[in-house]
Amino acid sequence: MVSTTETARLLSGNEAMALGAYHAGVKVAAAYPGTPSTEILETLAGFGDTHAEWSTNEKVALEVALGAAYAGVRALASMKQVGLNVALDPFMAAAITGVKGGLVVISCDDPGIHSSQGEQDNRHLARLAKVPMLEPSDSQEAYDLMAVAFDLSERFDTPALLRSSTRISHSKSVVRIGHTRTVSDAPVHFQHDVHKYVMLPVNARLRRPLVEERLVRLAELAETFPFNKIFPGDSSLGIVTSGVAYQYAREVFPDASFLKLGMTFPLPQDLIRQFAAQVKRLIVIEELDPFLQESIRTMGLKVTGKEFIPRIGELNPGIVEAAARKAGLLPPAESPAVAATVANLPKRPPLLCPGCPHTGIFFVLSTIGQRHKILDAQGKSVKESKLVITGDIGCYTLGALPPLDAMDTTACMGASIGQALGMVKAGVASKVMAVIGDSTFLHSGITGLVNGVYNNGRLVLLILDNSTTAMTGHQDHPGTGVSAQGQTTRAVRLEDLVRGIGIADVKVVDAFDLKALRTAVRIALESDELSVIIVRGDCSVRVPRREGPRAIDAEKCNECGVCFMLGCPAILSNEGEAYIDSAVCVGKGCTVCQQLCPQQAIAEAAP
Amino acid sequence: MKLDLLITGVGGQGIVLASDIIGEAAMAAGYDTKKTDTLGMAQRGGSVVSHVRIGDKVWSPLIKEGDVDILAGFEKLEAVRWGSYLAPGGIAIVNSQSIPPPSVSRGLEHYPTDEEVVDILKQGIERVFLINGTAQAKALGDIRTLNMLMLGCIATFVPFVGVDTWKECICRHLPAKAHEINIKAFDLGQRETQNVCSR
Ligand SMILES: Cc1ncc(C[n+]2csc(CCOP(=O)(O)OP(=O)(O)O)c2C)c(N)n1
Repeated sequence: MVSTTETARLLSGNEAMALGAYHAGVKVAAAYPGTPSTEILETLAGFGDTHAEWSTNEKVALEVALGAAYAGVRALASMKQVGLNVALDPFMAAAITGVKGGLVVISCDDPGIHSSQGEQDNRHLARLAKVPMLEPSDSQEAYDLMAVAFDLSERFDTPALLRSSTRISHSKSVVRIGHTRTVSDAPVHFQHDVHKYVMLPVNARLRRPLVEERLVRLAELAETFPFNKIFPGDSSLGIVTSGVAYQYAREVFPDASFLKLGMTFPLPQDLIRQFAAQVKRLIVIEELDPFLQESIRTMGLKVTGKEFIPRIGELNPGIVEAAARKAGLLPPAESPAVAATVANLPKRPPLLCPGCPHTGIFFVLSTIGQRHKILDAQGKSVKESKLVITGDIGCYTLGALPPLDAMDTTACMGASIGQALGMVKAGVASKVMAVIGDSTFLHSGITGLVNGVYNNGRLVLLILDNSTTAMTGHQDHPGTGVSAQGQTTRAVRLEDLVRGIGIADVKVVDAFDLKALRTAVRIALESDELSVIIVRGDCSVRVPRREGPRAIDAEKCNECGVCFMLGCPAILSNEGEAYIDSAVCVGKGCTVCQQLCPQQAIAEAAP
Repeated sequence: MKLDLLITGVGGQGIVLASDIIGEAAMAAGYDTKKTDTLGMAQRGGSVVSHVRIGDKVWSPLIKEGDVDILAGFEKLEAVRWGSYLAPGGIAIVNSQSIPPPSVSRGLEHYPTDEEVVDILKQGIERVFLINGTAQAKALGDIRTLNMLMLGCIATFVPFVGVDTWKECICRHLPAKAHEINIKAFDLGQRETQNVCSR
């Protein structure tokens, strides 16, 4: 656990932001998990004296934080980059109403798509909402900028956006801790103010000019903002940069002049002009879009950057160096680096774990409509499937990969249900089934399902209930009945919820019972009404004790290879002969391979 | 002074903890340090790479290809995969365990032999240590001590951190009942590389 008192610590960006918020007196923090942002709320939840919650989704999290800020306390909402898409509505609303207590929104971008459904540069959203944006370049700044962000938010009556990225959030560096926790002693009180808080058109129109005025004052402040700083060096090259790109740029150009921006919206135009006048050639080194570069170019300055720095993917010192050589900013490499013959090594793709409760159901789905027979080597279908499976986001998305190949779409959280209805209404000839995880269903599947009921959608929904948010590291959610701070709360029962919106055909099936799964799916597919199957089984990573690993009897095994169709990492092969790695097999709690084996060659291993 | 370490392996091998401890030990020895992990998508079974950088002043948390001084591979395939990151005078410490990915276990791809592993790594460097870490950790009584054993191997090549500092940092991260066995694993690792070094 992160100590709140030690003076110098090696902290990740996420831990540093949490500690910075805690010391800045945050009283309410809300989030929905999402890589690389998850640990911010997890760390805060451990501190106490602050309400830290997992909310059902990012929109709700930001609304909770906004309400707290209206009541005068400091509040925080943290999320991954696509989380801010979900929360964009309250974010835009907060930008116009303003706040009372400080409100900081943390968005953690994911350049390189380490763990997301896409790549996007959320710096554009600060410009869209016309709110100040701060960008730390290491954990020290992540810590320091947190207090600054709360302060700006209160002084300028605006939410502040703190933009992190995977490499900032998930790198540890030394943090010198400047203060301890101070909480404002102003009474918690909501001051009724219709003109400020009730955004009827007449009131919103009154607030619009205030937003523009606020932006002008923020731009003035940016000129002397201590985290916007010139580091003079060789005047032949001047580099404007921010965030982790600053670190790469310093490494590759140790002698150049730097303008490092800690506040990247609004920009300090005078400071930028002053810097540009000091250097012969001005470039921008930034990750993802030419956000700074385009703004500087609009100011009429001559500047390059994205002509040679890639706009796709995560940067690193090697990429920046290679780009600089190509652009003639550095001499060509003396000799090509010794590249070992590593390109042809077998890859190690992510897998469903041994004993995963998602394996059995995806195996069943892969055998329906002869799905695996319709795919060519590239995974494209050559024949029309009898069953279309719209999918969603979570560990279970791995069901889309071979050998299971049992998912046809994955777009964004909750999309599976709307997509399935859309396909049905479009009139596809195949049966349509949507597959969604429990946390994702609660995040944004419910509204889609209500829509399905309302619009009379004849589809089948599978909710894969492993009683956790596994993908992001096992966070609790409304269905588990445990809060982010470990208190027992009221669990939302998925079957009650689904029945409550008028769905009569609801079944709960054991995730490790292949026969029951197959029967339930078959009946649902034949049904003419909207049906829901809740596939329930605990996440195997959370099963505390593993007992009775399975083993394959080589005498009985005829090497048919069916067990390999599960894609279970515990089932290995030695020159075609299948065997089970007893160290990783979950055993009694699973037995899916045993149920499947046509030769009945799988049983509990002899002790 | 600068020392760049790349710790690689498979999810669940305790790599993140080992690299956290290296960073903290370097900090305790008075150096600047940064570390970062790339964990991929799966909770278990995916590749894990951890960059640890130590120096008077460290900028980038990511190490540049060709700059790694110490590559510690907790699994053979994951060690060779990062071979091109080694600096010319670098060292590779490789745990001889192999965890075949699914394409190999289904017989579709070839897993490199020990000879191939050493050959590939030796294209760029001279010193490659193949360590029987997993077997030794198992013999100690807990396979999970592999990370501390590997840490002991690494420590041999980090002369500016004293043994006491290493042990303090290890103990800070583990419950009291796990101290003894993990310190034993660390000592075993130290002996392993020291032996090879003096040979
Ligand atoms: C808008 C948005 N928020 C958060 C995430 C990160 N995320 C991906 S999947 C997932 C939830 C997975 O939980 P669940 O649906 O229960 O499936 P499981 O991984 O447990 O199988 C989350 C939080 C995201 N991709 N998009």
